[in-house]
Amino acid sequence: MPPDSPFGQVISLSHKHLVQDVPRPGDAAAPGAAVLRDVLAGGPFDAAPAGFVLAALPDSAAPVLWVSDRMSRRENGRLYGPALAQFGLKGPILRVEVSHPRDVLWAMEEGAGCAGLAAVVGEIHGAPEVLSFTATKRLALRAETAQVPVWLIRSADHGALSAARERWRLSSLPSQMHPDNPQAPGLPQWEAELFRARGRAPGGWSAGYDSSARTAADRLRLVSRSGDGSLAEDHRAAADVAG
Amino acid sequence: MDRWRRITAQQRTLPDETVPVVLAQAGRHGPVVYAVSAAAQRRGISEGERIVDVQAIHPDLHVEQADAPGDRKLLDRVAHWARRWCPWTVRDGADGIVMDVTGADHLFGGETAMLRDIGTRFQMQGLTARLAMAPTRGGAQMLARFGAGRVICDTEDLEMCLAPLPVAALRIGADTDRLLQRLGLKTLGALMQVPRVALMRRFDRLAEEINPLVLLDRALGRTADPLNAPADARHWLARVRLPEPVIDPLPHLEALAQDLCVQLAEAEQGARQLRLTIYRVDGEWRSRDVATASASRDPAHLLRLLAGKLDGIDPGFGFDLLTLEALRVEPLALQQDHLEGRRDAQRDVAALLDRLTARLGPDKITWSAWVQSHLPERVEHALPALGHVARQAPVLDRARPLRLLEPPEEIAVLYAVPEGPPARFRWRRVAYLTRRHEGPERIAPEWWRDRPGTRLRDYYKVEVGDGRRFWIYREGILGDGRGGDPRWFMQGIFA
Repeated sequence: MPPDSPFGQVISLSHKHLVQDVPRPGDAAAPGAAVLRDVLAGGPFDAAPAGFVLAALPDSAAPVLWVSDRMSRRENGRLYGPALAQFGLKGPILRVEVSHPRDVLWAMEEGAGCAGLAAVVGEIHGAPEVLSFTATKRLALRAETAQVPVWLIRSADHGALSAARERWRLSSLPSQMHPDNPQAPGLPQWEAELFRARGRAPGGWSAGYDSSARTAADRLRLVSRSGDGSLAEDHRAAADVAG
Repeated sequence: MDRWRRITAQQRTLPDETVPVVLAQAGRHGPVVYAVSAAAQRRGISEGERIVDVQAIHPDLHVEQADAPGDRKLLDRVAHWARRWCPWTVRDGADGIVMDVTGADHLFGGETAMLRDIGTRFQMQGLTARLAMAPTRGGAQMLARFGAGRVICDTEDLEMCLAPLPVAALRIGADTDRLLQRLGLKTLGALMQVPRVALMRRFDRLAEEINPLVLLDRALGRTADPLNAPADARHWLARVRLPEPVIDPLPHLEALAQDLCVQLAEAEQGARQLRLTIYRVDGEWRSRDVATASASRDPAHLLRLLAGKLDGIDPGFGFDLLTLEALRVEPLALQQDHLEGRRDAQRDVAALLDRLTARLGPDKITWSAWVQSHLPERVEHALPALGHVARQAPVLDRARPLRLLEPPEEIAVLYAVPEGPPARFRWRRVAYLTRRHEGPERIAPEWWRDRPGTRLRDYYKVEVGDGRRFWIYREGILGDGRGGDPRWFMQGIFA
């Protein structure tokens, strides 16, 4: 990474950069870079991982397969359809709502082999036995063979072993200023940490999402965190949970 | 009438036996009587009379709406069911079935026994039937409709049986009927006495199907009158017979699927629903159904669908016959694949739907459908993906959470400004301090759906200390007269 400036340093502006400009030896020509990516939730009951995944989905009118297990639906709530339009999603969502993580993995594998889908997103709560390294490896290979991006949202999981090509950890940050009302929360902001990646350097950013941006490429913004440690500490202290 | 009785008996209490019931149908000058009950028949009400007239005479009349298309559909099904007695059956008009039992009666022990069997079975179905058997189709029709009870007449006494019937039995239309009545020809016997040449000259302008001479010739068997029965629906079936019983059906499935797909390809059809049946050696059978999202005759795809369904099938001591049947087919034209080997994305998705549905069940794989409603949990509901298409999501101008908790969870608000946002609240045993809030957004109950006394909701979007944004609402306001203190609920989480 280049050295930080006092104002923070903008390293990438769009999710296109996220998925395309990954300098990976061997498959630099691969379009869309359809790989398996893990998104871990930084805290409980946080919708930031789902929001981040939706923001980073490719701009396509094909359906998105969204698979979830019972526990993640109970803990974090169901995905709510009317809110999806805010994230610039063009294609319909094909929901698969099963109870066991085993079925989630099976449905994701089936979906990852289907080239007619825009993406496959799976949600698994906790770290069940079936979500082993082997299972993620199978998913990763499937995704790369069929060229379908696969995202796995793992809530309440603190970094179990995974064969994902990129592993992110997402948590909410205090939102941006509301343009009209200082009392109201504004546009969302997330703390995105890429803690393991193949072919690119890990890093931490604060990600913002602006649904009013004109092009899909401008909607998801990654801004590197301020390098000032003491400020960051203050920030963390201010954001503590009361009680 | 029987059908109406059966359907109504399931839904509500039928009127008393002594109350006359008629079914009404729209006529040229207002509703007319379509069918009458036994009690109404005893009072002398007949079909075709105007409802207002009948009601004036019988004030206690019970009138119901008739369903003529439904009756026709039922009759078609009954005609098909009647093929249990003979291979040629056809619906006759709106209320009859003609069966050609030539050569089939000895299977039921003669004509009398067969007629009794038919009568009994119709009675078991709850249907009233008037039966007659005659050497000609026209004769049987007339005897069944105008004859006295169950009649079986032979070739020799056909003329004698038909002679006392009124000329209206020929179904020659009201005009010709009236003409014959005026001429004094009231029965078929009288008509038979008239010289043919006179009848021919008199009615040479009339069409064949209402010409009394032609119809009489047909009824008496002087001209041929064959029955043109609709063909049976084709069964798409592939079967494998095994020399000795086996336990595992999997090795035989491929041959079955290939066989069925060849049959379907010849007729340019694709299967929408399949049934695999195994016939066990102990006489039992087990079956598994699979459905497809779009018509398919790809053996590999069908095989994958079926293979996922075999887990729960119980082979017992083994089975020696397997059948694979396409229950529902749709036309599917031959299609050229892409020359460059590209895959068809839509067909890929349809195949994926089939596989997911076959394994997980149709209600787990859903598209969203949308309802016009202000209540957030009512906007979206799930439709099975198999058999429905995806619909465009509505565009809302209000902020809505990305995740919705179903049902909403009650939260304890530790301190709240009356009619204002909560300053602190406790949800899932964690206390939160609100930093920022937006709202309230008031959503009133839908009085046309909700029970009286449902309280309104004031929604707040609140942000807690660590940046998470929640969607909470207060149910009711203090002193709205619909319960005690307002309660607070957590309903959604914003991204």
